[in-house]
Amino acid sequence: MATNPMHQFEVYRIGPEIKLGAIDISFTNASLFMVISSLAILLIFNLGSKKNSLLPSKVQLLAELSYSFVSKMISDTAGSKAKPYFAFIFSLFMFVLFCNMFGMIPYAFTVTSHIIVTFILASFIFVGVTIIGFIKHGLGYLKLFVPSGVPALLLPLIVVIEIISYLSRPVSLSVRLFANMMAGHTMMKVFGGFVISLGIVGGWLPLSFSVALTGLEILVAFLQAYVFAILTCIYLNDALNLHH
Amino acid sequence: MIKKIFFQSIFLSFLFFMEAFAAESGGMPQLNPEFWISQIFWLTITFGILYVVLSKLILPKISANLEIRKSQIVENIEAAEKQREQSELNIAEYEKIVQNSKDEAKNYFKQSRGKLLKDINLKKDALDKELNLEIQKAESEIQELKDKAPERINKIAVETSADLLRQLIGAEVNSSSISAIVDDLSRKKMDKYYGN
Repeated sequence: MATNPMHQFEVYRIGPEIKLGAIDISFTNASLFMVISSLAILLIFNLGSKKNSLLPSKVQLLAELSYSFVSKMISDTAGSKAKPYFAFIFSLFMFVLFCNMFGMIPYAFTVTSHIIVTFILASFIFVGVTIIGFIKHGLGYLKLFVPSGVPALLLPLIVVIEIISYLSRPVSLSVRLFANMMAGHTMMKVFGGFVISLGIVGGWLPLSFSVALTGLEILVAFLQAYVFAILTCIYLNDALNLHH
Repeated sequence: MIKKIFFQSIFLSFLFFMEAFAAESGGMPQLNPEFWISQIFWLTITFGILYVVLSKLILPKISANLEIRKSQIVENIEAAEKQREQSELNIAEYEKIVQNSKDEAKNYFKQSRGKLLKDINLKKDALDKELNLEIQKAESEIQELKDKAPERINKIAVETSADLLRQLIGAEVNSSSISAIVDDLSRKKMDKYYGN
């Protein structure tokens, strides 16, 4: 069982079975790591904002650098109108980043390697952005599907393509994160299995691969959180500043 | 149930792709819907709490901290700028004072130099005058002596001649005749010495 690379993604119940009517909402290892990630974020940023010294401490610097990083990312991609959604995108970025990073600890569970988690996040973003678009522009938001400067003959085809691409946003957003996480962790597990099966003689090559993959996976963990957040910003930008 | 079917239908298109990863195990734990609702529930709870606490408590604090630091730094820079301007003014003032004192010192020097020169000139003039007077006096004395010299010489010559004559011929000679001869001779000789 230990050599099965998919075993690490299994969700199991921790503690008693909790039922809400007919629905099972038991606390699982996935829930545990969601709680751990959230608490870690809250702890770090609480420490980083507790007292304001002119010369920031390391935690404070970390918190403030993350703040300005996300703030700059939002203002660069979605403009100043996106300021009210800063807290949401910041939470989203930090949550995904911490879930990814905690997943890099051996024997830890990667929350974002589950399509249901990423899909719920992505569809929440999709629904939210669509609602914001309709509130801001009314039915004029539908102009998003009609790009300007397209010949009338091609218009029906373009509109269909635009609608499909718009509807596929939550799918692409969720699958990108989920597949990256899952593929990386599976690869690391497979190479780890090779180390064991090839033993002391031949195990060094997969071990070195494993080390390199760990570095790569940490990069991917950050990059995917960044991509997730920046795509959210881009979708938000479409809803806030209708360009078409 | 409807939700489960909906989610599963979305993954149908990805099943083929996922099969590659799941070849060994014969199934992906991610596609097992047993804990989907639980995961959605806990995701909502944890992310909701995270969002609320971050947006209501922590992020405003960080933002305020950043603002305060920014304004503090701007204030400090302004204060430093003010102090720099003040010190520049002070330097200008100091340089002016140094320049003034230099000018003053130069003036003093010039004044005292002029005074000294004047003093020296005055004294020099006075000395010159005194010297001239002395010279004139000496000259006049010399002149006097010069003027009186022939008479005395004549007198001495007359007396000596009288003495000589007395001893030579043993007779008193009339002094007036001797003096007439001496005068005559001396006039001839004097012409040689005095040129007149």
